[in-house]
Amino acid sequence: MKKFLSMSLIVAMTVATLTGCGGGSTEEKGGADTLKIGSMGPITGGAAYYGTEVKQGAQIAIDEINEAGGINGIKVEFNFQDDEADAEKAVNAYNTLKDWGVQMIVGATTSDATISLAAETANDNVFQITPSGSSVDCVTNPNAFQVCFSDPNQGIASAQYIAENKLASKVAVIYDSSSSYSSGIYENFAKKAKAEGIDIVATGSFTADNNTDFSVQLQDAKNNGAELVFLPVYYQQACIILKQAADMQYAPTFFGCDGLDGILGVDGFDTALAEGVMLLTPFAADDMAQATQDFVAKYEEAYKATPSQFAADAYDAVYVVKAAAEKAGITADMSASDICDALVEQMKTIEVEGITSVEGVPMKWDENGMVDKAPKAVIITDGAYKAM
Amino acid sequence: MKFMKNMNKTTKQNMMTYAMVIVAYIVFQTLSVTGNLSSLMQGLLVPLCTYSILAVSLNLTVGVLGELSLGHAGFMCIGAFSSAFFTACMKDTITNDLLRFIIALLISAVCAGIFGILIGIPVLRLRGDYLAIVTLAFGEIIKNIINAMYVGLDENGFHFSMKDSMSLNMTENGRIIIKGAQGITGTARQSNFTIGIILLLLTLVVVLNLMNSRSGRAIMSIRDNRIAAESVGIDITKYKIMAFAISASLAGLAGCLYAHNLSSLTALPKNFGYNMSIMILVYVVLGGMANMRGSIIAAVALTMIPELLRGIGEYRMLIYAIIMIVMMIFNWSPKVKEWREAHSLKGAFHKKNVKEAK
Repeated sequence: MKKFLSMSLIVAMTVATLTGCGGGSTEEKGGADTLKIGSMGPITGGAAYYGTEVKQGAQIAIDEINEAGGINGIKVEFNFQDDEADAEKAVNAYNTLKDWGVQMIVGATTSDATISLAAETANDNVFQITPSGSSVDCVTNPNAFQVCFSDPNQGIASAQYIAENKLASKVAVIYDSSSSYSSGIYENFAKKAKAEGIDIVATGSFTADNNTDFSVQLQDAKNNGAELVFLPVYYQQACIILKQAADMQYAPTFFGCDGLDGILGVDGFDTALAEGVMLLTPFAADDMAQATQDFVAKYEEAYKATPSQFAADAYDAVYVVKAAAEKAGITADMSASDICDALVEQMKTIEVEGITSVEGVPMKWDENGMVDKAPKAVIITDGAYKAM
Repeated sequence: MKFMKNMNKTTKQNMMTYAMVIVAYIVFQTLSVTGNLSSLMQGLLVPLCTYSILAVSLNLTVGVLGELSLGHAGFMCIGAFSSAFFTACMKDTITNDLLRFIIALLISAVCAGIFGILIGIPVLRLRGDYLAIVTLAFGEIIKNIINAMYVGLDENGFHFSMKDSMSLNMTENGRIIIKGAQGITGTARQSNFTIGIILLLLTLVVVLNLMNSRSGRAIMSIRDNRIAAESVGIDITKYKIMAFAISASLAGLAGCLYAHNLSSLTALPKNFGYNMSIMILVYVVLGGMANMRGSIIAAVALTMIPELLRGIGEYRMLIYAIIMIVMMIFNWSPKVKEWREAHSLKGAFHKKNVKEAK
């Protein structure tokens, strides 16, 4: 009986897959009057916050574009798949999008997923632009582009900013050695700091398995007289670091990267603790620019939450695709591979002003697919991000 | 048919297992070649082989040896990183892809096997919960060591550091192969469905033949009654380590298959941590202890369900969990088993109701 059931289960699943395939191919024919943009990110599991932000940010851009008549008058369809921030699941998500008939990809959200996705898209020659995959390995292929700063750029820009503004000469770093994002920034920060003459007096690392207590690392920084603590970590850990530093009456300047964005929105976090924290981030929700204000208002109305840079990057990524597609004269009946060739050509020439770039300085892309934009430094004052 | 009837019952069961794998291969390969298979399914074929191998190999420890191991993903991790490291080093030296991949497979199996023996010697003196806890710790240690490991290669040879990539002191044209938490990137895709199926069949041959051999019966006697086994002169430690090491090296093979299927290899809690070990254990428990065919079916079903549920969007993981609970109850709850036996199709055909579950 069990065998029979198992067998019938297998048969049922095989049938389900095959019908799924058949459905996909008919859709491809029927959908010739729309452009299909696919995206992916984790919407389940520990990193779900980032994927959800990307999904919602991109959705707002897609809705706006469709309301305004689409890309070159062609309406856009959007499909977001869950990749659980996992390299293997990202391939599954991509294949699902492929069955759906995807023509351009805005994704993936996290670095590991983006790297494994990039190998697949390079193979099939599908255009890919990642809103937030920040590792340099994300854009090694010619068909892949980034909207966010790459990890090395963030580390270098941070060290440069600290040196130029003479924020400190003795610096401590606390980073997550098990995260590619955090260790990538740290390494390049350390290299640049050495060149700029900043003295790194203490380096404290932690891993994903022990990221709830930082008193040892903070004590080390305090004992070595660090005036500034550089935190290339995500805001979940930064909350704890700030709280523990306050408890041990250690008050250096805290300086972070875009991972710290979102710290003011954490439930139960005393925002007074974050007073004076500086961070380099491409996006601040209270920015006075009209485009940012419009986006934040729409996002808050639709999802009852304040968007972070992930949502903003995704929003910009969709508009970058639009800008390149309009210039290249993409039509709905073109194959993904032809679209990719046309878009890659245009990416070298387009300039896009978005909500993650400084006003008046549009984003450009170099031949490696990395974005060229000026970082924004913000400081937290009175419980809000203020541009510096 | 007469031939089938005269065959030994175990042999018949084993043949059915092999036949199931081969039929699945022929069906999917035909569909794939004729272009009737969706991209999602094509992408899933290699992972399905990987997880089936893992499930069968863990079943050797859990089902046949009767020891609960929660560190199976650790062995997979060793296999994955050792083979990917080899491939990255030898990219320019050995240009024949297939040859390099076969050597990588051997290396992964040997490395994982050596670790299996090393871990097995102290650990297998423990039993039950204690063994589970130590293997769990082992898996986590492996993952964390790899996350902190930096290895680079330049003209002066290998450089190794546990701190960061700056302390490797490499020359200008050196390249970093293992970059700590960023792992190994850019591994060429060499796994394919055919190799996956060959490895799965190899795993089955090794495990099923071991079970029916003298050593296998000794291993099972340890599971069934340790004191009795010891009293008839069976060397408990030897047989335990034998089963454990074979299980580990087969997991290493699966790791190699995994690493050469993706271009980014990182040791995250999700793919090589505790969660993965538990997931493999779930395949074994759902498929049935010492039931290799069941392990494969469970691994395939549980890997495919979340992918096939993509259509329902956000509720995917919730439904997946519910399906898993229902499947466990349906397969193993005593009351449901009773009901199933009473309403069995097999019972209608044969007078004697063969109880399949062990």
